Amino acid sequence: MKRLLASLILLTGGLFALSLVVGPAAIGPIASFQALLTDTQTPLSLVMQEIRLPRAILAVIVGASLGLSGAAMQGYLRNPLAEPGLLGISGSAALGAVLAIQLGLASAFPLGLPLAALAGALLGVFLITLLAGSRGGSLSLILAGIAISALASAMVSLVLNLSPNPFATSEIVFWMMGSLADRSMEHVWLALPFVLLGGVLLATLSRPLDAMTLGEDAAEALGMRLSRVRRQLIIGTALVVGASTAVAGTIGFVGLVVPHLLRPLVGAMPGRLLGASALGGAAMVLLADILVRVILPEADLKLGVLTAFIGAPLFLHLIYQTRRELA
Amino acid sequence: MRLLFLCIALLPGWALGSSPGDMPQRVVSMNLCTDQLAMLVADEGQLASVSALARDPRSSAMADRAATFPINHGRAEEIHLLKPDLVIAGRFSATTTVSMLRRLGVPVAVFEPATSLADVRNNLLRMGQVLGQPERAQRLVAAFDGRLAMLSGPPLDPPEAALYFPNGYTRGEGTLIGDIVKAAGFDNVASDYGVNAGGHLPLEQLVMAAPELVITGSRHDGYSRSETIMRHPVLAQAARSGTHRGLINREWVCGTPRVLAAIERISTLRGQLIGAQ
Repeated sequence: MKRLLASLILLTGGLFALSLVVGPAAIGPIASFQALLTDTQTPLSLVMQEIRLPRAILAVIVGASLGLSGAAMQGYLRNPLAEPGLLGISGSAALGAVLAIQLGLASAFPLGLPLAALAGALLGVFLITLLAGSRGGSLSLILAGIAISALASAMVSLVLNLSPNPFATSEIVFWMMGSLADRSMEHVWLALPFVLLGGVLLATLSRPLDAMTLGEDAAEALGMRLSRVRRQLIIGTALVVGASTAVAGTIGFVGLVVPHLLRPLVGAMPGRLLGASALGGAAMVLLADILVRVILPEADLKLGVLTAFIGAPLFLHLIYQTRRELA
Repeated sequence: MRLLFLCIALLPGWALGSSPGDMPQRVVSMNLCTDQLAMLVADEGQLASVSALARDPRSSAMADRAATFPINHGRAEEIHLLKPDLVIAGRFSATTTVSMLRRLGVPVAVFEPATSLADVRNNLLRMGQVLGQPERAQRLVAAFDGRLAMLSGPPLDPPEAALYFPNGYTRGEGTLIGDIVKAAGFDNVASDYGVNAGGHLPLEQLVMAAPELVITGSRHDGYSRSETIMRHPVLAQAARSGTHRGLINREWVCGTPRVLAAIERISTLRGQLIGAQ
């Protein structure tokens, strides 16, 4: 376990450093890090401190949020198909964010954007837990997710199409697929407090989630208050997913792939999976964000494109595995 | 404003014009830019309708004039019902509508969008031809050329400017706004990156180019994420003389004589820069 965490930290750290040296402006790695650490007003240090650093930090924040919330939801719902993107929680957070931007709430006061996304995410998780229930099977969970995602993305499209702004319609892609291009430190400070708070709420679910593998009755017998666990999960997930989606759009499949890959390595204990998935999610989003800059440096390829390439086949594989239950 | 006086000064000349036999009597324009050219060149009563966009003061430099004309939305059906004897369209405005109108037997004159100041001249003259008002078009061109010669910045040691628009798009010298900036006496950073027409210029490269000035367009109604790049904190430090946000879209999106106002605005900036040095 310790070795796994150490190697994940190493991987994330390495990808973080790599993320800082990849970009359209060709700058050598040594010059890059020097410019990052010295406070000179040269163009190079501006690029490093104001453009690449926030991008790399946001990749970590967003990836950790998605990995952590995916692992927590899978643990709580005891279902490997649970994930904020697939269940429409990211989608409803995006709807909240889009409404905040279009109604001018986001520019009226800075916290308007993450708070509105938080409200959207909260509604999404609430609906999911209501529709699927904690005992619900995979089928009802996935169907509820499809309904919520479809409704949320339709509403996002509607709101953006109604906007008087000529650019709004083209932003549907951003909200559906996610991107970290041209974000600034302002976005880091906007998302970080919410993600930290939600992260703490989810990380402390470690013991209850382990207990729940024995069944709900056994968990209650062990002194876990299930209603409290449930509330903590809902609020924690909404906080991390809401804040991440507000700054980076909807990035799917991270919360599905990462816990799935790491589960065998932690002995299938959902509690241990939380920390590992947070690190793994950060590594996956960092990698995806490096790849979008390497594959198509000019085109602002969306992150969701890459995560879907990895995630969708795995999702199909999982459905294949659980189809007896689905049938 | 000065240009408005110019237009008014030209008004008496409108009474002249060529023989009415060979000129179209019911002209419908369905593109923001041809709308404005047509309003400048057409005779009283000759223009039957302009596009709805021509009334939007953010995009149209002649929104007030456009308010006196019936509007259309560029749909084949409504245009056919107006019974025009000539339709004027832009190259990229609704090509299916244009082919439909042609099938219905309506003559359509298609105008290329202006990509240079020379195109302003050419499109004015062509508008004069298709509307049967060549003299008026020539007078407008002469006035345009005279004013342009007065405004054009001397090409000695031009400072570098970068044009930066929502979603990180820049425009090079092969565009109307690029030509405007050049005429106002600036070098365009986009050419250093091989961008001649429009293209994506990553924020990083903009910062590394360290231009003297960044020039961006005016904001649109409503809100969008695409425009937040114009508020990125690095833009405040990227250019030595900061970021100029006063470029008004209606003055440069169309190749009409109104681009002179944009040239005047930008060359004033250049004067301020040189004065500050």
